[in-house]
Amino acid sequence: MTRWGKWVLPPLVGLLMLLGWEWGVSAYQVPAFVLPPPSAVLVALWRDGPLLFSSAWLTITITLQAFLLAVVTGVGLALLFSQSRMAAAAFYPYAVILQVTPIVAIAPLVVIWVGYERVNLALLILAWIVAFFPILSNATLGLSAVDPNLRDLFRLYQANRWQVLWRLQLPSSLPYLLAGMKISGGLALIGSVVAEFVAGSGTASGLAWRIIESGNRLNMPRLFAALFLLSALGILIFALLSLVQKRLLGRWHESELGR
Amino acid sequence: MTPEHPPLLNLSGLRLAYANGTLALDGIDLTVKRGEFLSLLGPSGCGKSTVLRLIAGLLFPSDGRIDRAVSQDRGSIGFVFQEPTLMPWARIIDNVRLPLDLAGVPKAEATARVMMELEKVGLQDFSKSYPRELSGGMKMRASLARALVTRPSLLLLDEPFAALDEITRLKLNDELLSLWRQYGFTAIFVTHSVFESVYLSTRVAVMRPRPGRIVAELVVDLPQPRDLSTRTGPEYNAHCRTVSDLLHRAMGNAA
Repeated sequence: MTRWGKWVLPPLVGLLMLLGWEWGVSAYQVPAFVLPPPSAVLVALWRDGPLLFSSAWLTITITLQAFLLAVVTGVGLALLFSQSRMAAAAFYPYAVILQVTPIVAIAPLVVIWVGYERVNLALLILAWIVAFFPILSNATLGLSAVDPNLRDLFRLYQANRWQVLWRLQLPSSLPYLLAGMKISGGLALIGSVVAEFVAGSGTASGLAWRIIESGNRLNMPRLFAALFLLSALGILIFALLSLVQKRLLGRWHESELGR
Repeated sequence: MTPEHPPLLNLSGLRLAYANGTLALDGIDLTVKRGEFLSLLGPSGCGKSTVLRLIAGLLFPSDGRIDRAVSQDRGSIGFVFQEPTLMPWARIIDNVRLPLDLAGVPKAEATARVMMELEKVGLQDFSKSYPRELSGGMKMRASLARALVTRPSLLLLDEPFAALDEITRLKLNDELLSLWRQYGFTAIFVTHSVFESVYLSTRVAVMRPRPGRIVAELVVDLPQPRDLSTRTGPEYNAHCRTVSDLLHRAMGNAA
């Protein structure tokens, strides 16, 4: 496919769908509280802008914090696992338990423990729990996915543990780590939204709360506007991480060779 | 062998058994003289690569001993793997500099030595390239340069040219011989090609599998330096036939 097609086709499809939507809503006289026309969503986005953007800012902050925390703790733990088999054997199962337990199920508990007065901290913890595992598992996989011949080469030249880690294991693990970060970036956003849904009742005021609130008031244009902002945020995170991936792997890794 | 000149390498009664009881090597005795070019020839699975790894110290024998008159310094043994084994994320210059970097050689000095080595193998114009941008033969040259950059006294080569096309392989054979003459290192070359072993070596050791052991040795006293005329001469053919017979007999015993 040509570059042109790649960049022009998706927006074109989107535009056609929006036009169809707009036309369908007015042609069949769908009530706005069921499905508002895109134009009404645009108006809501403009009119409720300050409110929505301050909510979006909260969601962004929590998502980013959770993501960064997940990267630091995930990579840190993976490094520990790669240096000590015993640590890996001891702690990895608990990381898995943390991963397989549905976040919705532990959210109320975390909110109660942290306290309603510090609900943002609870959101951060919950988003972190969701975002953390892909980083840990991918980084662990990456740190062990070293070409055995290169490992032998390092041994032959009597490289010490740090040299092996810094010059061999970390670069080898980079493609895996970046793939994990891409998954985890999206999950951090999902985690912060889900957490807010569970915490509920107006204590947090991120985009998720705006959605609940608008739904309760049947303010569908605002609900759609908040939804739109959430998607945009998700796309932005994905795009940024793809850019980082291209930057770091562009010249050497198969995944970025673009054939 | 006079006491003043002990052999560079002496393997006696080497045995290697894996944890599951499989005997990989049994009763390997081998003496390698300084400056020799020795080929280990045998079918796949006969343990010739294993012998190389034991010599490099990457594996340890279950029994028997290895005496090395090689200095204990880093880089006194060079190793060339079957694959180029370059770090894909590093430029050629950084790949070749790796042994020096690991030994803590100052960067400026190391870089100068690397550039000299790259020139030897004809890669001076590709120092800034990434491995994936080079052909298979060029990658192998880079791998060779990396192994030689520390000026090892012993160079171990594990079927380094097996994956290359015939034309490139012949060319690299000649380049390897020329480097061997210039540097005077001792080479142990693992191969399963009779022709390659005869052309390159001053001595060929033939191995048989299950368990791996050395069954015959042959001195190849073809004159140096060797070139295209070597390959067409009658002595070369005679040697090839002898080695071929030895190999055939070894396989017959194994069956």
